[in-house]
Amino acid sequence: MIEINALTKRYGATTAVSGLTFTVRPGVVTGFLGPNGAGKTTTMRMILGLDEPTSGSVTVNGRPPRTHAAPLRELGGMLDPRAVHPTRSAYHHLLALAQTNGIRRSRVDEVIDAVGLREAAGRSAGKFSLGMGQRLGIAAALLGDPATVVLDEPVNGLDVEGIRWIRTLLADLAARGKTVFVSSHLMSEIAQTATHLIVIGRGRLIADTSVSEFIAAAAPAAARVRVRSSDQDALAALLRSPEVTVEAADDGALIVSGLPAGHVGAAAGSAGITVLELVTEQASLEDAFVDLTQDAVEFRANSRPPAGLTMEETK
Amino acid sequence: MTTWTHDRSPGAAAVPAYAQPQKVTQARVLRSELTKLRTQPSAFWALAAAAVAIIGFGILYSLLTAARPPHGAAVAAFDPAAVSLAGVQLAQIAAGVLGVLLITSEYASGLIRASFAAVPRRLPVLWGKAATLAAATAAVSLPAAAAAFWAGQAILGRHHLAVHLTHPGVTRAVAGSALYLAVAALLGLGLGALLRSTAGGISALFGLLFALPIVAGFLPGNWAGEVGKYLPATAGQAVTTVHPDPATSLAPWTGFGVFCLYTAVVLGIAALRMRRGDA
Repeated sequence: MIEINALTKRYGATTAVSGLTFTVRPGVVTGFLGPNGAGKTTTMRMILGLDEPTSGSVTVNGRPPRTHAAPLRELGGMLDPRAVHPTRSAYHHLLALAQTNGIRRSRVDEVIDAVGLREAAGRSAGKFSLGMGQRLGIAAALLGDPATVVLDEPVNGLDVEGIRWIRTLLADLAARGKTVFVSSHLMSEIAQTATHLIVIGRGRLIADTSVSEFIAAAAPAAARVRVRSSDQDALAALLRSPEVTVEAADDGALIVSGLPAGHVGAAAGSAGITVLELVTEQASLEDAFVDLTQDAVEFRANSRPPAGLTMEETK
Repeated sequence: MTTWTHDRSPGAAAVPAYAQPQKVTQARVLRSELTKLRTQPSAFWALAAAAVAIIGFGILYSLLTAARPPHGAAVAAFDPAAVSLAGVQLAQIAAGVLGVLLITSEYASGLIRASFAAVPRRLPVLWGKAATLAAATAAVSLPAAAAAFWAGQAILGRHHLAVHLTHPGVTRAVAGSALYLAVAALLGLGLGALLRSTAGGISALFGLLFALPIVAGFLPGNWAGEVGKYLPATAGQAVTTVHPDPATSLAPWTGFGVFCLYTAVVLGIAALRMRRGDA
């Protein structure tokens, strides 16, 4: 369980994270989504006790992250797969981490086998590919069989097989009752991995919802209908209303937003216009995500109006 | 029947549970730091360089001195132990740089974050590094200094210039050389931890050990000696000298104490920064 309350982090004049409040619960995989630079890594660093919050608080399994007597039992994290000594072997990298918490050598071998690094364990970790580095980082995070696992962009650099492996692994950890918190900047990636979702943009919370609710809420609003008919001008005039926008596409088709395809077809039929083509264009999850985070960007821009503009004008 | 689908997926195995007790202790962190030191090739090379510098330069300087032995009044002031231990001057570079690298390499690679995630109180990591570094440096330097001393005295003995280990202050100078190098390594560690940058740490180390005495040398009159004797390297090296000159040097253990104090202050400030700030 990770509980974050009014968390703010400033580096000098830059605010990386601002007033974040959310809870990551055990038993499910929670995705942490936001564009690059949204504050995901900063938040994760504070969860791992590496950075001190400017204000607000973080607890992991009910306690501040730096106060656990057996830290690797409570919290396993991976921030950067290249954070290894370049000439030390992968085995000794893991052994040195394990020894700090009194974890046995047999466990080091166990995690090496589990992440599929048996053949490479004796090699210098600095020569690993990004994918192997991810596996090593995940092995380090899982050394103490922690109750809470925090992984920053774990699928970066993995091949298809590796991505499938990590999804199975994360689902397995969640099924064993662990708290699993995984960041990504790709909505499609998170949609296939996580069941719950925390979305941030510009350091602020945008959404705290289940993945299915997020998709259901985002998709209809973003859906557009593409229509071609015997009389495009008449149809456009017919459909246009304060809630519905109609635009002409380059190829002469009309792009209708705010009205389901069935209504468009019915309206055309009742006016005697022949429909030649009628398609619902589902916006991708990425579009929905970009729309959401775009709002956050604009909110930030509006919160500090340029000199000479009143608030009314900026709205 | 083939099981190729299974074999081809190297990570197919789930991660098993682990129910053994866990807890961070200073002794365990010390063990971890020993593992890191043992498995870091650059540490091996730095320590090997220190040993080679002590023995090699000691023998070389003894040979050069034997080729042009002192005459007349110079014989009385001649310090044969110092000649054979001249390599300590070179070895302190290797020891100090090792100290800097031991911590800055973790900051540079980002490994420090994994170390601190495993040991969130952080300071056990610094103390663990300090203890293993000092022990390893002393363990390599002491036999090297002894070997350099014996080899040097064997060379100088042919000209009846040698001194025996039982002579007052000689054992202390040999053992003191190893102690000096161990503390020089700790000074490097402290500077590295404080500045978190290899270049910065090494520059600061060289500044303290080598540049300060040069600057102090420009001071007028006997100020050069009076101020100079309290500088880190000069103070620390009093313990490596059989008969320190009271005009330019503190008493052996007083000087070493001053050197330890400088190092303790640097390590203390580094510890404060490490414990409080962002990693």
